[in-house]
Amino acid sequence: MSRPEPVLLARINTPDSASLETYRRDGGYEALRKALSMAPEEVINEVKDSGLRGRGGAGFPTGLKWTFLPKGHPGPIYLAINADESEPGTFNNRILMEQDPHQIIEGIAISCYAIKSNCSYLYLRYEYGKSYRALEKAIQECYAAGILGDNVLGTGFKLDVVLHRGAAAYICGEETGLIESLEGKRAWPRIKPPFPAIEGLFRKPTIVNNIETMACVKQILQRGAAWFKSVGVPPDPNNPRDAGSFGPKLYCLSGHVNKPGCYEVPLGITARELIEEYGGGVPNGRQIKAVVPGGISMGFLSASELDTPLDFNGPGKVGCLGLGTAAVVVIDDSASMVDVLYNCCRFFSHESCGQCTPCREGTAWMTKIMYRIRSGQGELRDLDLLMEVASSIGIIPGTTICGLSDGAAWPVKNAIKKFRGEFEDYIKAGKSSIKPAELVAAH
Amino acid sequence: MAVLSESIRERIKALYSKYPTRQAITLPALHMVQDEMRYVPLEAVKEIAELLELHPAEVHDTLSFYGFFKDEAHKLGKHRVWVCRSISCVLRGGEELLAHLCEKYHVHPGQQTADGKMTLEFAECLGACEGAPCILVDDNCEMNMTPESAEALVDKL
Ligand SMILES: Cc1cc2nc3c(=O)[nH]c(=O)nc-3n(C[C@H](O)[C@H](O)[C@H](O)COP(=O)(O)O)c2cc1C
Ligand code: SF4
Repeated sequence: MSRPEPVLLARINTPDSASLETYRRDGGYEALRKALSMAPEEVINEVKDSGLRGRGGAGFPTGLKWTFLPKGHPGPIYLAINADESEPGTFNNRILMEQDPHQIIEGIAISCYAIKSNCSYLYLRYEYGKSYRALEKAIQECYAAGILGDNVLGTGFKLDVVLHRGAAAYICGEETGLIESLEGKRAWPRIKPPFPAIEGLFRKPTIVNNIETMACVKQILQRGAAWFKSVGVPPDPNNPRDAGSFGPKLYCLSGHVNKPGCYEVPLGITARELIEEYGGGVPNGRQIKAVVPGGISMGFLSASELDTPLDFNGPGKVGCLGLGTAAVVVIDDSASMVDVLYNCCRFFSHESCGQCTPCREGTAWMTKIMYRIRSGQGELRDLDLLMEVASSIGIIPGTTICGLSDGAAWPVKNAIKKFRGEFEDYIKAGKSSIKPAELVAAH
Repeated sequence: MAVLSESIRERIKALYSKYPTRQAITLPALHMVQDEMRYVPLEAVKEIAELLELHPAEVHDTLSFYGFFKDEAHKLGKHRVWVCRSISCVLRGGEELLAHLCEKYHVHPGQQTADGKMTLEFAECLGACEGAPCILVDDNCEMNMTPESAEALVDKL
């Protein structure tokens, strides 16, 4: 199979790829220069025309989000960049920041100009030390070169970019949790509306966008909206709410696969193609049991659903929550779905911010029930109980403030629906699969 | 006597101009203190609050939300070693890795070794899944770990 040339990842293997010098040599900051010669509204229209949808998980159209800002606002308006990347299986933002930080800063500068913001805060998860150092150096280089500061590229446009490190909490990736955390508070997501575009960071109009979204913005300005729209999948004519899945996407492949890694592929590749053609298949001749399509929040594909296209529309058609972060985790038949689901439940109960009772209690009880099942003490009716809890927590049933709990519910719903036989057999056998190793490290 | 060093005070003040509110400097300030002192003493909370024109309870509220920050009873060793226990790592031996380190260094997750060299912890997804199982040493990620290579890494600290 011939692979399309990477664009977002084009520079990552260049020697010294993170330096301003090599970035400029490769044509860096010319897209910013071009944007600065346009009217801000024209830049927004270019991004709108490209069909770009946010890469952080929700897939909201980026240009449209930008138009929600109040017109003629006296400012300040903020751009908050979401680099909290903590959805299990996801690591594409990290690769972009470590290897090509200037591509991100150029995307940020273009976006700030478009939305008339003079200040961007980049919220970076604490664990990404290498990203922090790469971005810090790149930002310093930009101030020294007049790309950031009071007179961006000599045009009089003023722009500051401030790096802000988090403190190891998944909920800081939820956009209003991020805002609260940046303000120096506990990261309790806010009730919406108001949406951040109206009242966000420091109570000012704010756009929150993901790192990969910023890389896309830079490439759209460089190559044009038509280029972006020529890649990927047009809207599904049978789904009036589908805005299409345009552009290249950074798929993260991990788990039981020969060549795990981050691959840039046009949106719409199937899970099977990704695993076989990019990931080199499953090791040791084993069979695939399940695949996480876009971070564990999105649920599971079963082995019979591997031809699902991984675009914004595909995973939902087979009962998953969506494309999410496009983090594909392969689970082979040596793994137990009971263990896998327990791991998912534990993650969400650990990361629930505790603000909404259905989420705090629901995630904790699902974890306890899964532990009971795992330890061989489960009963068949526990499966129905799990389904009942999972169906009642989240913004979809309307019981919680943010989507963490939908993400906690989905793996449970998918696993029990698609792998019920395995769960029943496990419960009937009455044995425990808890490894001695886990007891040693019990916490 | 003040617990915040002069250098920390200066670094906190240097951030005033970067944010429209002083409260936004809470996390950066807590990081500075914990990096230097290996925990955040209550006295430091009060002094941070004074600098940021907050009530100490506001700083403490934020601190206590993030399990990342430790109080005196949970003081950190010289280094933090985090072992990932999320899905991609667990599929490739993350639990065994954590158990190996616990046994080898006689600690439970969250505890520091007797010589104070490291605190061993579990982590949720470290975002290095292509190199599972992985370990974070302070804020440097190490990928494709085996029990042996992890041990070698810890012994070099
Ligand atoms: C629990 C939860 C965690 C999230 N974590 C992240 C994250 O780590 N990074 C991210 O970009 N978006 C994350 N999101 C989505 C953000 O709320 C938001 O939609 C996104 O940052 C918007 O950027 P985009 O439009 O460029 O995708 C998360 C959402 C939820 C509900
Ligand atoms: S749904 Fe869960 S994580 Fe989200 S605000 Fe409510 S308690 Fe917090």
